[in-house]
Amino acid sequence: MDFLRPDTLAEALALKSQRPDAVPIAGGTDVMVELNFDHRRPAALLDLTRVPELREHSTENGVVRIGAGVPYVRIIEELGGALPGLAMASRTVGSPQIRNRGTVGGNLGAASPAGDTHPVLLAAGATVEVASARGVRFIPATEFYLGVKRNALEPDELITAVHVPATRAPQQFSKVGTRNAMVIAVCSFAVALHPGEQRVGAAVGSAAPTPRRATEAEEFLSGELTATDQWESPKPLLDSVKRRFGELVAQAASPIDDVRGSAAYRKHALSVLARRTLGWAWQDYTGKAA
Amino acid sequence: MRVNVTVNGEQRQADDVWEGESLLYVLRERLGLPGSKNACEQGECGSCTVYLDGVPVCSCLVAAGQAQDREVRTVEGLAEGDALDPVQEAFVEAGAVQCGFCTPGLVVAAHDLVNRVPQPSDPEIREALAGNLCRCTGYEKILDAVKLAAQKKSAR
Ligand SMILES: Cc1cc2nc3c(=O)[nH]c(=O)nc-3n(C[C@H](O)[C@H](O)[C@H](O)COP(=O)(O)OP(=O)(O)OC[C@H]3O[C@@H](n4cnc5c(N)ncnc54)[C@H](O)[C@@H]3O)c2cc1C
Ligand code: FES
Ligand code: FES
Repeated sequence: MDFLRPDTLAEALALKSQRPDAVPIAGGTDVMVELNFDHRRPAALLDLTRVPELREHSTENGVVRIGAGVPYVRIIEELGGALPGLAMASRTVGSPQIRNRGTVGGNLGAASPAGDTHPVLLAAGATVEVASARGVRFIPATEFYLGVKRNALEPDELITAVHVPATRAPQQFSKVGTRNAMVIAVCSFAVALHPGEQRVGAAVGSAAPTPRRATEAEEFLSGELTATDQWESPKPLLDSVKRRFGELVAQAASPIDDVRGSAAYRKHALSVLARRTLGWAWQDYTGKAA
Repeated sequence: MRVNVTVNGEQRQADDVWEGESLLYVLRERLGLPGSKNACEQGECGSCTVYLDGVPVCSCLVAAGQAQDREVRTVEGLAEGDALDPVQEAFVEAGAVQCGFCTPGLVVAAHDLVNRVPQPSDPEIREALAGNLCRCTGYEKILDAVKLAAQKKSAR
């Protein structure tokens, strides 16, 4: 096995194009588990922790660009104001030790359907920035997840950043697990209000082969809110609206039965999560608008 | 490969390190520092917690090569000579140690907490130690130890 240790992004991209078989390692919280248990024997490891370009974040024209190597702890501490949903999801990842090391880039690289940042990135309308020696491309989060643990990266590409619109509008993330800390989600849900576009974003995690948007639920609620002029003058949401939203979110999922939960349980739990998180987000919105 | 790393203030060198090896393995098996424990090798138990450049991490999830030229501080590096760190004293005095297997990781995690937060609340302590499992104590004595450690630190 080779251990490749680039000091700059250009060097990292050059190495990845020479050695497409090299496995990138950032926080190592997924990769090292696979190595320790002999589930993976890559020909080479490509250490990204020395690449300064990947450890920065910046905000331009209302969009936050988060370097792929920024650990969760910094998203929580430095970006909670502009990216409430992503910070909320980051707080639920693993334990302090895991959040000190683990990164959004690694979550995207692993592309597990249970990854906690995915529903938020989908609901918030994020874009993944990837690069290779050939150049840079931008992949909407909605097109990034291709299958169970499969993403849209080419073998010579690295994830360089994720771009998430900064917001002052409410966002919520919630996940179901057996305890508070250190749980892989049984299912998870994110909702984001986009008052500027009069639109609601909603997405489910751990409830289909990939994280996915709940498009019909989004359209139903966005239509309902616009038709009743609630973006301008919000009122408490009707129970029937919240219930319908929850049903449509559950319909968007195609979960499986596994050790963590049955498909039926996941669907039920998602409808509850959707209703509750929408309730919290809307309460927050009416409070701000009043 | 060869790995050069500063451990507890000392420049150390490990040879014949396998590229997929963890920092935990290097510390225990190559550098003779068995304080950090190996229980799960998957980030679940926290018994391998060390500081890497001042930040608590699971050393079982750090590739040895990622520690090259970095600073590691293990549980062995907390005491000053024979004088235990207040956190270590507090664990002894509060009876927070039974079999002791989880203790090194908990001591490092608690050390980080009381250095960041002088008077941590119960929820803050629980949150800070959420990545450390103990099969013996039931955690109550550990919570007592962390509160005692915070008092000892502020009294110094
Ligand atoms: C105890 C424990 C608890 C956990 N809890 C959670 C949880 O609650 N929620 C959750 O979502 N996840 C959880 N995880 C999984 C893991 O922490 C996350 O997926 C994390 O985001 C991975 O980030 P990393 O930087 O450590 O990735 P790494 O392990 O370094 O990499 C993960 C994958 O991404 C690839 N990769 C990394 N960076 C790049 C890049 N820049 N470009 C291309 N590919 C890249 C790697 O090759 C690898 O395939 C947990 C893991 C552990 C060990
Ligand atoms: S041995 Fe590292 S967390 Fe358990
Ligand atoms: S004292 Fe035995 S595991 Fe904690």
